[in-house]
Amino acid sequence: MGIAVILVWYKWSPVNVYQERKKKMSSKSRSSAGSAGKSSVKTGAQIIVDTLIEQGVDTMFGYTGGVVLPLFDKLYDAPIRFIVPRHEQGGCHMADAYARASGKIGVIVATSGPGACNLVTGLATAMMDSVPMVALTGQVRTELIGNDAFQEADTTGITRPVTKYNSIVKDIKDLARTIREAFYIASTGRPGPVLVDLPVDVAVAKYNSRVSSEMKLPGYRILAKGHAKQVSTAAKAINKSKRPVLYVGGGVVAANAGRELRALAEKAHLPVTMTLLGLGSYDQRKPESLDMLGMHGSAYANYAVQECDLLIAIGARFDDRVTGKIETFAPHAKTIHIDIDPSSISKNVRVDIPVVGDAKVIIGELTKQAEYQERKEWFKKIADWKKKFAFRYDQNSSAIKPQYVVEEICRQTENKAIITTGVGQNQMWAAQFYKFVRPRQFISSGGLGTMGFGLPAAIGAQVARPDDLVIDIDGEHSFNMTMTELATAVEHNLPIKVCILNNGYMGMVRQWQELFYGKRYSKSYLKNPDYEAIAKAMGAVGMTVESKADVSGAIKQMLKEKKPCVVDFRVEPEENVWPMVPAGKSLSEMDGLEILERLI
Amino acid sequence: MKHIISALVENKPGVLAHVAGMFAARGFNIDSLVVGRTEDPDLSRMTIVVIGDDRVVEQVRKQLAKIVPVVKVQDFVGQPVVARDLMLMVISAPPEKRTEILSLIEVFRAKVVDIGQKFIMVEVSGPEGKIEAFINVCKPYGIKSVARTGTIAMPRQTKLDTRTEKNNN
Repeated sequence: MGIAVILVWYKWSPVNVYQERKKKMSSKSRSSAGSAGKSSVKTGAQIIVDTLIEQGVDTMFGYTGGVVLPLFDKLYDAPIRFIVPRHEQGGCHMADAYARASGKIGVIVATSGPGACNLVTGLATAMMDSVPMVALTGQVRTELIGNDAFQEADTTGITRPVTKYNSIVKDIKDLARTIREAFYIASTGRPGPVLVDLPVDVAVAKYNSRVSSEMKLPGYRILAKGHAKQVSTAAKAINKSKRPVLYVGGGVVAANAGRELRALAEKAHLPVTMTLLGLGSYDQRKPESLDMLGMHGSAYANYAVQECDLLIAIGARFDDRVTGKIETFAPHAKTIHIDIDPSSISKNVRVDIPVVGDAKVIIGELTKQAEYQERKEWFKKIADWKKKFAFRYDQNSSAIKPQYVVEEICRQTENKAIITTGVGQNQMWAAQFYKFVRPRQFISSGGLGTMGFGLPAAIGAQVARPDDLVIDIDGEHSFNMTMTELATAVEHNLPIKVCILNNGYMGMVRQWQELFYGKRYSKSYLKNPDYEAIAKAMGAVGMTVESKADVSGAIKQMLKEKKPCVVDFRVEPEENVWPMVPAGKSLSEMDGLEILERLI
Repeated sequence: MKHIISALVENKPGVLAHVAGMFAARGFNIDSLVVGRTEDPDLSRMTIVVIGDDRVVEQVRKQLAKIVPVVKVQDFVGQPVVARDLMLMVISAPPEKRTEILSLIEVFRAKVVDIGQKFIMVEVSGPEGKIEAFINVCKPYGIKSVARTGTIAMPRQTKLDTRTEKNNN
């Protein structure tokens, strides 16, 4: 096992660094990987590294600093691939996307004070989207805590609302146990980020690590199986329903229940609509797919939800961007809600048949009890809506339409690429015009809507999936926020592609200003740099595309590049995302439908 | 409607902040919150009085249960409970009013715990209503200061006791 780990490490690491450490590695890493559990007096830092390895960590992200020096010293010869971002926020998004792309736990390390504070946005992003992550932060010596010491911040206090759980280890005896608990809590139940704060004196203290360190979590229970009676009630409702809709969210992806979902939809013959985070859980090329629902969802998904007699929500949380005006959401429907988190149930809408448990298990049970129903009329209606209100844009326009760029990326990558996004119009067009076919293919900040997520997320996803093509479909203003991470991609030779849909505006803000603020484009236009030049300066490939005729060729060229690559598409400045359910309106009150119809 | 929620929590730092922070972040109103040790040194009990409709309180209960160091959550609504507040109050009590005030204290089964030339400190415990009533009757004499604990509560064990008696017979 030790050797396998080293080989992986070798494959990953930049060659020059590898050469330097080669000799050290071959002797030390094997012993450190194999020594967890043997009797030995270890420092806290060594216990941390050994526990990480025991937890199966082979890749980490993080940034060094004063109080984490003992830990980083042990990481120097640990068989763990380590990616240093240019800013802790970037590292946190990388670890997040690494987890989303692989299904493993993302690990991020940061120093005390500013390092820990810089994680906050990334942790909140992961928290809102239920991503399993463990953050380790350095802390000042325990006797200095509370004294406003240099680079001191109340990290557990600051991060408590943006983590599933956090704790500070003040005694080396608790160290291994606390880290184990962090990994367990992060990855079970409804996943989420867990932070462990590590004062530097604990990292340098010594302790006989053989002493037992079993987890102690009396308040943490997971209901995985689902109540059998509730499941059979749900199955009966499905079998009876004339106009059902499956409404699936990120929970299905998190539960690795894509296959089970497909089996249920096929066996019971159900149309499927997905939330932004649910995209990929059902193959969008299939006729049962209604694509995304909600504010910028498809008209056919929104109509289907509004007219259905049974809404089967799985791993979705009835977010306001999905439901529109909550009182008028799915007005004719009985609602089944399957979720691992009991607090999600009946939080926003009253649910008729709640089932608490793991989506994979429950969908499997439902499938056993489900019967095929033809539902001819319902599917006919859906097919008509799909034809009439397909996502469309003006293909005859001479300008580069952003939707065209996304559609062309989808076509040339044959629906296979992993797509990350920024936040705003770029994100919505990516969600509308790229047709996803498998879970973990679409990686986007849904709940928190974190601009700047796309580039570091692409890096994290590429680290997790080295053989996959990873493309960040981004906006220029989202890209601005974290573009420094391009240097990280270049350093680690990660061949990510960044497609900037550059319209000069903060597009979604501008769209709202156009529609609701009388076209007063207040502070939503900035003078931006030459991204091609920036990419080149950072050692990546840079391209600028200014004419529609060059789009296809540029994408082709981009896909050929072995290096990180940034393509700046100068798209139509004032293009809007349609359809749109204005905030507070009900799902059937979509704007922009006449535009879609006109473009048939 | 008022709900008394009782939560057993792990006795470790940060738990109170986590619970209080959750209430603030989700916009739930806390009427009172009392924390104290229990028979088990690893556990504390929080008694939280919340005002809200059933749906809000259901969310409160679920969100509390979701907090990792929270071990058990009970909502006492609809069951017979013993609920008690404790109050210390300093009342202005000049010699000419003193007898009157002392008789009030007797009616409320309160206790004098400190006495000065012009003031009396009283200890009262009981259901919240009784405490409020005592405050009201004392107001005319001049209340100098009040310290209250907030409600603690336990479900009545009566049923259990009856059964035990029967078994004994």
